[in-house]
Amino acid sequence: MAERAALEELVKLQGERVRGLKQQKASAELIEEEVGKLLKLKAQLGPDESKQKFVLKTPKGTRDYSPRQMAVREKVFDVIIRCFKRHGAEVIDTPVFELKETLMGKYGEDSKLIYDLKDQGGELLSLRHDLTVPFARYLAMNKLTNIKRYHIAKVYRRDNPAMTRGRYREFYQCDFDIAGNFDPMIPDAECLKIMCEILSSLQIGDFLVKVNDRRILDGMFAICGVSDSKFRTICSSVDKLDKVSWEEVKNEAVLLQTPAQAGEEPLGVGSVAAGGRYDGLVGMFDPKGRKVPCVGLSIGVERIFSIVEQRLEALEEKVRTTETQVLVASAQKKLLEERLKLVSELWDAGIKAELLYKKNPKLLNQLQYCEEAGIPLVAIIGEQELKDGVIKLRSVTSREEVNVRREDLKTGQNGDFNFYYGYFIDYYWQKWPDTTPFSYKALGA
Amino acid sequence: MVSSAPSFPPQIEEEVGKLLKLKAQLGPDESKQKFVLKTPKGTRDYSPRQMAVREKVFDVIIRCFKRHGAEVIDTPVFELKETLTGKYGEDSKLIYDLKDQGGELLSLRYDLTVPFARYLAMNKLTNIKRYHIAKVYRRDNPAMTRGRYREFYQCDFDIAGNFDPMIPDAECLKIMCEILSSLQIGDFLVKVNDRRILDGMFAICGVSDSKFRTICSSVDKLDKVSWEEVKNEMVGEKGLAPEVADRIGDYVQQHGGVSLVEQLLQDPKLSQNKQALEGLGDLKLLFEYLTLFGIDDKISFDLSLARGLDYYTGVIYEAVLLQTPAQAGEEPLGVGSVAAGGRYDGLVGMFDPKGRKVPCVGLSIGVERIFSIVEQRLEALEEKVRTTETQVLVASAQKKLLEERLKLVSELWDAGIKAELLYKKNPKLLNQLQYCEEAGIPLVAIIGEQELKDGVIKLRSVTSREEVNVRREDLVEEIKRRTGQPLRIC
Repeated sequence: MAERAALEELVKLQGERVRGLKQQKASAELIEEEVGKLLKLKAQLGPDESKQKFVLKTPKGTRDYSPRQMAVREKVFDVIIRCFKRHGAEVIDTPVFELKETLMGKYGEDSKLIYDLKDQGGELLSLRHDLTVPFARYLAMNKLTNIKRYHIAKVYRRDNPAMTRGRYREFYQCDFDIAGNFDPMIPDAECLKIMCEILSSLQIGDFLVKVNDRRILDGMFAICGVSDSKFRTICSSVDKLDKVSWEEVKNEAVLLQTPAQAGEEPLGVGSVAAGGRYDGLVGMFDPKGRKVPCVGLSIGVERIFSIVEQRLEALEEKVRTTETQVLVASAQKKLLEERLKLVSELWDAGIKAELLYKKNPKLLNQLQYCEEAGIPLVAIIGEQELKDGVIKLRSVTSREEVNVRREDLKTGQNGDFNFYYGYFIDYYWQKWPDTTPFSYKALGA
Repeated sequence: MVSSAPSFPPQIEEEVGKLLKLKAQLGPDESKQKFVLKTPKGTRDYSPRQMAVREKVFDVIIRCFKRHGAEVIDTPVFELKETLTGKYGEDSKLIYDLKDQGGELLSLRYDLTVPFARYLAMNKLTNIKRYHIAKVYRRDNPAMTRGRYREFYQCDFDIAGNFDPMIPDAECLKIMCEILSSLQIGDFLVKVNDRRILDGMFAICGVSDSKFRTICSSVDKLDKVSWEEVKNEMVGEKGLAPEVADRIGDYVQQHGGVSLVEQLLQDPKLSQNKQALEGLGDLKLLFEYLTLFGIDDKISFDLSLARGLDYYTGVIYEAVLLQTPAQAGEEPLGVGSVAAGGRYDGLVGMFDPKGRKVPCVGLSIGVERIFSIVEQRLEALEEKVRTTETQVLVASAQKKLLEERLKLVSELWDAGIKAELLYKKNPKLLNQLQYCEEAGIPLVAIIGEQELKDGVIKLRSVTSREEVNVRREDLVEEIKRRTGQPLRIC
């Protein structure tokens, strides 16, 4: 504090000096020099606190992903992407914003929820509202007549966010679509198969997929006496879900409460995936109005993130946020050099390893670090062991130790070190079969 | 269609409805709608082929970050405008703002470092080792042939926290070298310098504080232009005295290993400057650690490295790819930076209400440039890049076998095998084989009437054209064996 006060005093004095020089009309060079000194002093002082409010937050309706949330997210995406790849899908990516005119007229009432970019003299841009319109633009732009693709990316809607229910203004969409002229219902069936595979693999509970067809709705409303002009409003009353007007087949997967929990018939607790056939969209982008029939699905991952996070918390499962296999530690002082050498050898052999950034860390602190981070093994360097040419390998959970010869650790990739590593992991799993050191059991990996 | 008698509203409504429906079938009014089918200036789609390259590059990079025990975070694509204000100096004019639509004023993130500092301050974190891979946005004048876009990926790795000197800094350099080696994009060199050495050097040469930044940016051009040109810019355009420029020239044209550090520590003028001494001392320690990490031969202490961004406070580094003499016929010179970073101890403090400092050191991989290099390399080698991972196509040899195909492909999916089928009721065998060749699918499982009676599937290798009959029950195992897959369900 005193240091700061002294600095402020210096700034004040220097400021006066500059003012004085300017009044005296001193040489430009001299003034420049003294101003430079003043700026440097001010920079050391840091930003002017009275001017800067520290509004430390993310924008409304958005959030950071902490390492823990990223671990959940990565596991969920892994399940989903593996399924898409299993079905032979390619993957594409598009820019986060599109030309405003690309998005105009595609979203009906929802158009007011689109984020626009400021007019800064160039093209008028808007943040993408979903992944389907960019997909249709991509197909038309590249004159593609068929593709099977997935696309996982964030989209933007100026909703009134209800974040407790997992609704944000920036959120992930996971889309899978099959575009092309094919024999009826085969790709449609595969989409439903994919939806079921994903929801089963995620192990988030029993689910049901509701299916209907726009042409059936049309026909039903017609024979009931609903006028054509009232069709859309009646439809949206009937449809509790979402806004996109799928033209034909529409389906929706909902999660069910188990009867044991609800004490009643399973009722949907909310949609986790949806999709359908939409044959007219690409034609809206093609100058000749050429149609490319499409059928696809979208996984509601944000809701799935919440469900998985809740489940992990309920099970009190520890979620690892790193994959480190071994910490390189030292038992006495002055062994930093040895630690740096060993950790480098392990990295070069492809082993995931860390060391504490301290010259002389206490062994206890190093072991504690392993426990907090879930690191299963420690490679301890000690003076005596160095003389004997061995490293002490220790299991963090079982606390068993074994001396391993240094040369054995050096024998190339996946050499003896991995054998010992495997030994400890197997041993650990045999002793405690219900827990795994670093996988997400709740996700059924 | 419209009745002129307004006294029959329900009937009019009905007919208007029919009119709208007919018009909708007609499609949008073409004269009104221009079809501007393009992505915004400076941005691009990633085709499946480009995604395959991108995925491979990210895989190498992420594996390295994870090998070093890094966690990963993500932040929103836009920040409150005030979060980004005042952090980028002159570059602030390149920030994309969002339109004022009645809520908070927002801007697209310009890099991943400021969001990181905001994240640390917001969560009151004092230490973390994290990576972050995401797109950032700059309203540059894009030179897309040189891989410069307005929307592009950044790959950042940073270690925040108060630690013993130079250990995390050395690990950052080790990571940079591991990544560039694994990517196999050619020989590279990592230039290292220190902000305090630059400060001290300019001071003893006689550069005034107010000229520091602008002289820095001139000196930084030495990797692309000759010293004569740099000197002319400093003297002619920036008003530096020629003697001062000459003194600078004596220093900045030097580069070498730890011996240069030791030499400068003995330099009579430089050793009188406290800042320079600190910087040199830290670099000496850094070189010791880098030697233990086995990468000292890749590192060059280069006094002309004077990187752009203002927030570096200590060591700074930049990795450049070298052309091989065989190609250029001359000395290897840098063809452009592919990674860079340094220490920045003052940034987080700018976000903390109490000005609490969290020292940081990190690196950023220039992936867009690496994508281009890898794509070019694949094209030169005429390597076919697969865009799917499908292992087997389920095909039929005769008509009316769709049901059997659907059953079999479903069995394969349920066993975790990557399989496809054509969406045709009665596809020709030739078309199905052609599909495999184009997509690079290695195996075909052919269902035929006779084979069905015999209870077998004909498994065919697309490249060798060898065929073998496999019993239905053994098919899954046989496919997994041939594709090197573990027998457990993936």
